[in-house]
Amino acid sequence: MKKIEAIVQPFKMEPVKEALKNIGIDGMTITEVRGHGRQKGHKEVYRGQEYNVDLLPKVKFELVVQDDRLEEVVAAISTAAHSGKIGDGKIFIFDVAEAIRIRNNDRGDAAI
Amino acid sequence: MTIPFALLQTAPDISARLTALEAAAKSAQSAGDNAWMLVSAALVLMMTGPGLALFYGGLVRRKNVLSTMMHSFVMMGLITVIWAICGYSLVFSEGNPFIGGFKYLFLNGVGSEPNADYAATIPQGTFMIYQLMFAVITPALISGAYAERIKFSAMMLFTTLWIFIVYFPMAHMVWGKGGLLNAYLGGSIRTFDFAGGTVVHITSGVSALIFALYLGKRKGYPREAMKPHSLVLSTIGACMLWMGWFGFNAGSAVAASGLATSAFIATHFAAATAALGWMLAEWLTSGKPSMLGGISGAVAGLVAITPASGFVAPMPALLIGLLAGLFCFWMVTAVKHMFGYDDTLDAFGVHGAGGTLGALLTGVFATSAINSAQINGKVVPLGLVDGNPGQILNQGIGVLIAMALAVVGTLVILKICDVLIGVRVTADEEEEGLDLTQHGEEGYFLES
Repeated sequence: MKKIEAIVQPFKMEPVKEALKNIGIDGMTITEVRGHGRQKGHKEVYRGQEYNVDLLPKVKFELVVQDDRLEEVVAAISTAAHSGKIGDGKIFIFDVAEAIRIRNNDRGDAAI
Repeated sequence: MTIPFALLQTAPDISARLTALEAAAKSAQSAGDNAWMLVSAALVLMMTGPGLALFYGGLVRRKNVLSTMMHSFVMMGLITVIWAICGYSLVFSEGNPFIGGFKYLFLNGVGSEPNADYAATIPQGTFMIYQLMFAVITPALISGAYAERIKFSAMMLFTTLWIFIVYFPMAHMVWGKGGLLNAYLGGSIRTFDFAGGTVVHITSGVSALIFALYLGKRKGYPREAMKPHSLVLSTIGACMLWMGWFGFNAGSAVAASGLATSAFIATHFAAATAALGWMLAEWLTSGKPSMLGGISGAVAGLVAITPASGFVAPMPALLIGLLAGLFCFWMVTAVKHMFGYDDTLDAFGVHGAGGTLGALLTGVFATSAINSAQINGKVVPLGLVDGNPGQILNQGIGVLIAMALAVVGTLVILKICDVLIGVRVTADEEEEGLDLTQHGEEGYFLES
């Protein structure tokens, strides 16, 4: 099992969700997050007081998939989230030791 | 030959009919004036809550939203009680040139009969409740300077003392019969302040500056980001201020008269050019016109036109607004940073500076073509445009008296409050926010 963490532009949330649904991925967790990579922030001015805002809003997808579906899912996310501009985001992949469904104690691939 | 016959028939009661007609006309005027003045009183109250509460509440950080709204809201309780007991009397009953007397203590004799000195066509009770709303908003304006770091108990004590030591004397001097600066009721230095440029905005704005200097900067200012947490709230609040200001200025005609219309127009025109002026200044200096700039400018224009509103023609009102927008923009964005004081929400930069500009420009543009109220039984030239340049000096004296009273009064009161209970919250309390530490509640539970 692999865990995929994808950090994407907020306006790419719906396209990514749609792309995952189209390849039959139903389970995911979505969080509104802030951060920055190479994308520069922006300047805000309130009554002459300048603020540099360098933590920008993003949306983070977390999902766990079977090993053999990994490439397919990553391709779906990166295609849907792609705009070609700085700030499109990143995808990180982790090994998962175990997954457990709380309702009935299913384990492993059956739990995801 | 029927007409003389009819005259003959009615002749005996012509005078009775005339008396009845006069009474009916008087009662109709009273009904019209009273309706407008009760609406005006409600409009001015709306400026404090929700107007100012939203405007200021949106400008602070999220952890201080309720405490900041409370600083406005609590005045609606506190000042009302003081006003009922003795405030109205100390401002509007006859006393000496500096403070009124105790004739209307506990509102004794203030009922449905008019007080001809102030407003001959409406019940004195209406005049009393209308003037109360001015006393309510004035100390609330100061809260812009001490927001985010004041102890609630100290703020209550400060306000109680301030309304007696600064507001009541200033209001009596300008508006009370026999007051030092009263232009129409026997003042020795004639100043024009239609709706409170000196009484409301200079006293509160200058007191705000002294308060900000005394308290010191907020923890982390200006290094840490202290962005307004909701300009949406502020925009709603500022637009309510704009609307409520019609009660403030046009209502100050104390009648549903042509003068009220004139003040209404001047008020609206000044707000319009001031909003545009501030935004234009921003556009030129930082590249973008902002919503916050627009509403700040509108308020600055409304402040500046306040003393002038019942004295100036529409075109000078446009000019006064534009100058106020530009001047207050410069005060808030340049002068404040030059001196480095932390006037949290710019109570001084907008109300102190805008009020002073407006008071002086009233001396320039006041004209008897707009306000034909008689002084000592005749219509006299009012401002520079009427050929009376000396009025600018009188206005200047009024400004200086308001400033001196505000500086000395505020310093003395702050010292008293500091010794008795301490003015500022602890550093930890400031960090945690005043909502939790002073009131035990939070403004937003977005997940509940």
